[in-house]
Amino acid sequence: MAAIRVHGTPYSTAVARVLTTLYEKELEFEFVAIDMKAGEHKKEPFLSINPFGQIPGFEDGDLKLFESRAITKYIAQEYADKGTQFKCGDSKTAAIIGVWTEVEAHQFDPVASKLTWELAFKPRYGLATDTAIVEENEAKLAKVLDVYESRLAQSKYLGCGCITLADLHHLPNIHYLLGTQAKKLFDSRPHVSAWVDAITARPAWSKVLALQKQQG
Amino acid sequence: MGLKLYGLPMSTNTTRVMACLHEKGVDFELVPVDLFGGENRQPSFLAKNPLGRIPVLEDGDLTLFESRAITAYVAEKFKETGTDLLRLQNPKEAALVKVWLEVESHHFDPAITPIMFEHFVAPILGKTPDQAAIDASLEKLGKVFDVYESKLSCTKYLAGDFFSLADLHHHACTHYFMKTPWASFVNDRPNVKAWWEGISSRPAFMKVAEGMTFVEKK
Repeated sequence: MAAIRVHGTPYSTAVARVLTTLYEKELEFEFVAIDMKAGEHKKEPFLSINPFGQIPGFEDGDLKLFESRAITKYIAQEYADKGTQFKCGDSKTAAIIGVWTEVEAHQFDPVASKLTWELAFKPRYGLATDTAIVEENEAKLAKVLDVYESRLAQSKYLGCGCITLADLHHLPNIHYLLGTQAKKLFDSRPHVSAWVDAITARPAWSKVLALQKQQG
Repeated sequence: MGLKLYGLPMSTNTTRVMACLHEKGVDFELVPVDLFGGENRQPSFLAKNPLGRIPVLEDGDLTLFESRAITAYVAEKFKETGTDLLRLQNPKEAALVKVWLEVESHHFDPAITPIMFEHFVAPILGKTPDQAAIDASLEKLGKVFDVYESKLSCTKYLAGDFFSLADLHHHACTHYFMKTPWASFVNDRPNVKAWWEGISSRPAFMKVAEGMTFVEKK
């Protein structure tokens, strides 16, 4: 049994966030599929890994973690010497990377994940998209991306000159939104668009998409 | 040149940072920002934080925003002094602190901030509190507190038997929440209540609590 195990489904944005980090770090891991339809994530033994009953669950030896961004940060710290370095400078740069990681968590994600749900997931489940929610959140996302456009005019990636978790954390929602009408919000901003092209072209992200296909 | 914190003493995000600075015993200057006068929308402030929000920390030529990025920076920079907030000497403890920091960010904060807005801020803006929004948030918050109640039966604090940044991040909003009609959400859960009484009596929190009063717009 591999020391690192990820529990979930690769289609989940939160699970994909962890998977892409593991692939960037070139780490071996076991993927444990959770039967979402059967509610496996709301029962034991999964609840012992995540008492909130949400995927992903993560194990590294006897350490059990949850919350995708805690897991990615743990991976980055514990396996700092492996794979992609996720840094480019001193502690001051690390602080700036920290700022943009929080921007993803508190400004981008609440808005983007509502749009991902309405525009990408609901149609797959045969549910009706709420156009009022879409309109409200597209407007909010536009304002966030205006800030990103200015930032990315000064910096190749959000945190600094190289890719870090601040950028990677965006990938799962951006991937889904590029397949919807919200794509225009990214395409119409040249620096954002170039950044999206760069992060979606990462080989590690392609591996996540391959795992999604494989898991059916 | 010391640390400058741009913000307001009654702002939850500002007090989150101030409590962290006090736990570390680090001096700083609080520079008030005139939110009511729109100072946060002026170019000079937007140059510091393009999102136009408080707080902002200046440490020499380094400018940071997002309160939880600021506390992480302070906790890391001053890791050798004051309270050990990140448990960096023990990788497993440090990982668990990261987990419960995210729980505060993604479960607790989204559930409690609409209640803060509707109960404290809406009246100042001349709006009627949206009770449906409050009720929906209370339901979510109840579920979060149920998980905390269970966790705190196993450990004294959220990440383990040690106070950490994860507990600290909860103080500001919970302080105000205890002044709402729904303080029973804490008081009726014995482990959560004991945890709250413990953290709110810490000297660092007593210091910031003095400034945590919502003031009528003049």
